[in-house]
Amino acid sequence: MKFTKEHEWAKLDGDIVTVGITEYAAHQLGDVVFVELPANGSKVAMGKTFGTIESVKTVSDMYAPVSGEVVETNGELEGNPALVNESPMDAGWIVKIKVADSKEYDTLLSEADYKKICE
Amino acid sequence: MANYIPTTPAELQEMLGAIGVKTIEDLFAEIPPELRLQGELNLPAGMSEPEMTRKVTRLSQNNSTVDDKVCFLGGGAYDHIIPAAIDHLLLRGDFFTAYTPYQPEVSQGTLQCIYEFQSLISGLTGMDQANASMYEGATAAVEAINMATAQTRRNRVLIMQTVNPEYRRVMNSLNTPLGVNLVSVPFEDGTVDPAKVHELLSDQVAAVVMQYPNFLGCIEDVERIAELAHEAGALVIVVANPIALGLLETPGKLGADIVCGEGQPLGIPLSFGGPYVGFLAAKKALLRRMPGRIVGRTTDLDGKTGYVLTLQAREQHIRREKASSNICSNQALMALNATIYMSLMGREGIREVASQSFQKAHYLKRELAKVEGVTFPFTGSFFHELVVKIPNARKVLGKMAKHGIFAGIPLDNWFANLKDCILVAVTEKRSKDEIDNYCNLLGGFING
Amino acid sequence: MAEPLIFDLSKDGCRGFTLPALDVPEVDPADHIPARFLREELPLPSMSELDVVRHFTRLSRLNHSVDIGFYPLGSCTMKYNPKVNENMARLPGFANLHPQQPEETVQGALQMLKTLEDSLAEITGMDAITLQPAAGAQGELTGLLIMKAYHRKKGNHKTKIMIPDSGHGTNPASCSMVGYEVVNIKSDPRGGVDIEDLKSKLGPDIAGLMITNPNTLGLFDENIGELAHLVHSVDGLVYYDGANLNAIMGWARPGDMGFDIVHLNLHKTFSTPHGGGGPGAGPVGVKKHLEAFLPNPRIQFDGKKYRLQTKCRESVGPVLGSLGNFLVLVRAFAYIMVNGREGLKNVSAYAVLNANYMMQRLKKTFDLPYDRFCKHEFVLSGKGLAKYGVKTLDVAKRLLDFGFHAPTIYFPMIVEESMMIEPTETESKGTLDCFCETMEMIAREAAENPENLRNAPVKTPVRRLDEATAARKPDINFFQKPE
Repeated sequence: MKFTKEHEWAKLDGDIVTVGITEYAAHQLGDVVFVELPANGSKVAMGKTFGTIESVKTVSDMYAPVSGEVVETNGELEGNPALVNESPMDAGWIVKIKVADSKEYDTLLSEADYKKICE
Repeated sequence: MANYIPTTPAELQEMLGAIGVKTIEDLFAEIPPELRLQGELNLPAGMSEPEMTRKVTRLSQNNSTVDDKVCFLGGGAYDHIIPAAIDHLLLRGDFFTAYTPYQPEVSQGTLQCIYEFQSLISGLTGMDQANASMYEGATAAVEAINMATAQTRRNRVLIMQTVNPEYRRVMNSLNTPLGVNLVSVPFEDGTVDPAKVHELLSDQVAAVVMQYPNFLGCIEDVERIAELAHEAGALVIVVANPIALGLLETPGKLGADIVCGEGQPLGIPLSFGGPYVGFLAAKKALLRRMPGRIVGRTTDLDGKTGYVLTLQAREQHIRREKASSNICSNQALMALNATIYMSLMGREGIREVASQSFQKAHYLKRELAKVEGVTFPFTGSFFHELVVKIPNARKVLGKMAKHGIFAGIPLDNWFANLKDCILVAVTEKRSKDEIDNYCNLLGGFING
Repeated sequence: MAEPLIFDLSKDGCRGFTLPALDVPEVDPADHIPARFLREELPLPSMSELDVVRHFTRLSRLNHSVDIGFYPLGSCTMKYNPKVNENMARLPGFANLHPQQPEETVQGALQMLKTLEDSLAEITGMDAITLQPAAGAQGELTGLLIMKAYHRKKGNHKTKIMIPDSGHGTNPASCSMVGYEVVNIKSDPRGGVDIEDLKSKLGPDIAGLMITNPNTLGLFDENIGELAHLVHSVDGLVYYDGANLNAIMGWARPGDMGFDIVHLNLHKTFSTPHGGGGPGAGPVGVKKHLEAFLPNPRIQFDGKKYRLQTKCRESVGPVLGSLGNFLVLVRAFAYIMVNGREGLKNVSAYAVLNANYMMQRLKKTFDLPYDRFCKHEFVLSGKGLAKYGVKTLDVAKRLLDFGFHAPTIYFPMIVEESMMIEPTETESKGTLDCFCETMEMIAREAAENPENLRNAPVKTPVRRLDEATAARKPDINFFQKPE
């Protein structure tokens, strides 16, 4: 699993990267009330916004950790955005991206480097 | 003189001592001398309350009111009957000296009133939700257009030429800087031909904007135009008169995605143009595109029902440059005014206001038809406002005013092709005698 | 018990108002309007007049308001709203004018507006004023449109506006609405604009600087002259957010500090009531070189008559469907007349006195990040209470239990756990002392019994509300039950 400085995690499985926000981010945001998801099939570019995540008091943009095509979004979040708070690293995942260039994934932060950022 | 300042000279000394300065001037010391105002403001000296009251009252008396005259003016603001109870409630300091309900525990009064306003507007317009209010009709329409362009990611907007021309000018000022391309759709016989809209629709069009009833008083084929717009993937914005909705089908049922408009007809004094209240309602899919404040019902720690500002993350104080709008102050007190009006009038009352306005306007038309020289340029259905053509319209309007009647608005202000045409509105407030007198006088001036 | 909704109080057959009987011959609407345009259902309540009066009276009693108690909401200037102004706004000669009446029948109204324009021009040191904008944020929008029109005319290619990080949220939002990009400028250790940061971001693409002075920390930026000079050096314009004018009225004028454009909030400085969130009024003033861009219509006096001039070629066009929130303007006009030149100066004198008096006392109990004389407001930090597990939010909520409104909290964002306190000039020393004592008491309570704060408020009509559920499953329309 890799991380970004925008407090997202990314997990590569074959050519699909699953993306979510980290425990730290979920805690900082507080009660998540809405997740704006991209359309299936839409193209995303590394470092560019692909959606927003809204809590009671704030909205944050989400940035694509890798470039590629959105192949699946977490439909559960529409009815139950609290999943992001309850299980940010697992059931609260946000999108799956089919990677265009797997080298991008390798440039993301390791867990140890990410932890340094959060300190 | 220290008007409205309660501090006594002794207290002033005590306070300066506590701060550790000699004079109030010392507290302004960091303003560089060259930036300080030298001498006094060039304004009159202050005065007592009765002196001010006398002067301001005098100024107010240098106006003729709609009660001194008889008012047949409309064009977006209407002279309706206003129940006395409304102002007594608005004058409660607990309402009008409160701020935006940022601390919900001590703002339940304002919050619940807004929830009621949102519900009333939703019901009246046939929409899924409404916000807590906009400034007034024109800016509400501007925000509706911004919602549509953001939602569709398209930037062309078709505006019927029968939409209030003052609103169209405001759209021109406020929508075009964001790259919105406003395209005017011309009318024939007082309404826009849906075929004309069809011609101009494309996959570039974010929305079509129409008014219901339109500025010329006529009822557009909202339903047909909405169908065509939706086929092209455009949203439908309807600018509606809330009183007309006492009689007319909801824009929601006719296919509108966003309904906005001027709330002044809902018991708000004419006030020379403001403060009024804009309303904005929309279909569910547009919830997160709504600008401004929205109140939601929820529960407190004890499970008791309560109200809060909700979905605030859309708003400027949180999203800053990414907010859906910059609106902060809205028109809460005027929304309360409209809410009290709708509560007092109720289902039967609003229906009757609408129905009487309709009846009296149609009576006026029948009576005017008997006057030689009067013609009606448009043949379509109308609600309580209509276009009347008379020879030498401006001159006749002037004479009517001298005889105590504001007889109409000259339309060549905005429409070069409607010379000698005037816009006449009739509300439930006009009596048969007033209408008869209008027709008699007008006939006399046209033919005299 | 919770107050029912009007829909719950509705009883079929009830009428709250009786109209005069219809006195013209009736026709069938169905003969004149196609049936598909006539509605069947009308989901409005039916209530008696007394039920309506009691419902809204009961609701009003659930509000905190200036008339009930202290309202130290920073940057909102919750001063007393003189009662006589309400009478002036209700004079029939003002309240009962139709906006489309012939000019000769509204001469008194136009004279009032013109006089108010002149007074505000004098107070701000600007050359021309428009009264049209309906609120502060609309004033900002108007000012920025003027800025854009100026640059367009000069052929300048400008895309960015600089805003200090302490600025009001409406500033960046207004920039976005005219298509300008926002460049954030840092604050320096004294709380002013960091000049070096500004210099490093200054360039030919800068359309202007938007700034509040004194800023939202309540501090006057002494460098304003230099800031204005720097921005002017790239042909940028300097915009004054007048939300905090209550601090310097009659003492200093934005026009003399180098500002090109100013907006005012009449519902703050000029005592017009906030009405639970509006209506306000946000007049905009400009220097001579920008006058031609002001919204139309303009009010002109030809020596005999007041006229509305709509043919202004360079105007940004109207920003509202009328001349402005007229009756709000009447109230401000009355306020300026009663106060006069010396009264207005006193307003700011006592507003600043009150703020400094409180600040000196409260800084002994709470952290004061910028310890220098403030203007009309000051910002404390509640971060010292974190060790007890208490947040600024808890202090704010506890204040409600003692009959005070809370300060503005968590703004400005550059101060951690901020509390922004603005007393205004209309509060007495007794009230200020009482508030300070309560704040001190709450600070002691935070140490001794923090639960009291975390559970607060307990004496208000409702306790803390579930905002998460409100936003997750919005119930915002009685007729539509949340999913």
